[in-house]
Amino acid sequence: MNKFKKLLNLFWTMFKIGLFTFGGGYAMVGIMENELVERKGMIEHEEFLNLLVIAESTPGPIAINSATYIGYKIAGVLGSVVATLAVALPSFIIIFIISLFFNQFLSIKLVGYAFKGIQVAVCYLILSAGLKMFKKLNKKPITIIVFIVALTLHVTLTLLAKNFSSIYYILASGIIGLIAYSISYFAKKKKGEKQ
Amino acid sequence: MIYLQLFFTFFKIGLFTFGGGYAMIPLVRDEAISLGWITEEAFVNFIAVAESTPGPIAINMATFIGSTSAGILGATCATLGVILPSFIIILLIASVLKKLLEVSGVKAFIKGIHPTITALILSTGLTMLLNSLFSIKNIGSAFSFDYKAVIILAVIILANFLYKKIFKKKPSAIILIIISAILGMILYSF
Repeated sequence: MNKFKKLLNLFWTMFKIGLFTFGGGYAMVGIMENELVERKGMIEHEEFLNLLVIAESTPGPIAINSATYIGYKIAGVLGSVVATLAVALPSFIIIFIISLFFNQFLSIKLVGYAFKGIQVAVCYLILSAGLKMFKKLNKKPITIIVFIVALTLHVTLTLLAKNFSSIYYILASGIIGLIAYSISYFAKKKKGEKQ
Repeated sequence: MIYLQLFFTFFKIGLFTFGGGYAMIPLVRDEAISLGWITEEAFVNFIAVAESTPGPIAINMATFIGSTSAGILGATCATLGVILPSFIIILLIASVLKKLLEVSGVKAFIKGIHPTITALILSTGLTMLLNSLFSIKNIGSAFSFDYKAVIILAVIILANFLYKKIFKKKPSAIILIIISAILGMILYSF
């Protein structure tokens, strides 16, 4: 019974977080901290900091990563299932309803005009997100080279209407990262042997 | 079978999205548009909706594309597909592979990905902007200059700048979306 109550509490908390968080993953993580660490004490602060590092360096939406991790820490595998579904459910319901009417909604003339304007804002938002990430990049030569090559290739191929999935770019650059690391690792080792 | 295809495509997208919602946009664009699930224009429109509704952009997109191409079952498959990689990886890290992220090879791989994700996001924003300002989709498209879109862009940049000066923080995406919607309604009505 106690476990059931815990799971219900977890579900409800995560559902609320999924329902009221606008503005992406980080906003959500802030609210999770407030609700789960400070108000309910369901998880230790240190554990929460751990979580942030993990959520950032694993694939997938930060909100989902955090919910899975917190759910597991609070109530095991079942907890992680409950927390993950609960945080995704509000979006799913809202977007599903929107998807039923979206095209009709867009065919209203004035709404269509509004969205022509909105498209410009979306481009701006994407570009500024990209620029923000660029500022945070380390500016080592290899990083800059990979950046320039990927940017040039992707822009060119998009303009040539050639379809080449982004996944390949990501895989290739991950492998380059691995190779660069191995080279510097072995170079260091060799240097160490000489001395 | 569209349901399986939705599931696996979004599973792939979920697996390769590092670095939050915007990092996902190039992947969804490449995969979903080429499979004919959504048009470029509908995709851009929907990003605005995803930004203005609660919840992670990734979930919003999977649900929307799944639903418009294959109904509620499609939405369920796509959404579960995009969630599952995160779920599995985090569960592994939280339970048995606690040190996975400290393995130097894994670290090097993730570090290697950063500049590429940044480049992909910038490229996507850039080519979308070319499309919206000059109707340039690819080399073959006829060039047409939409000065109204340029005005909207200029106003957004100005609004962003003024907001930062006055309130000492960045405006939320929703504020910029509302401004551009109002401008769009006014400018394109004439």
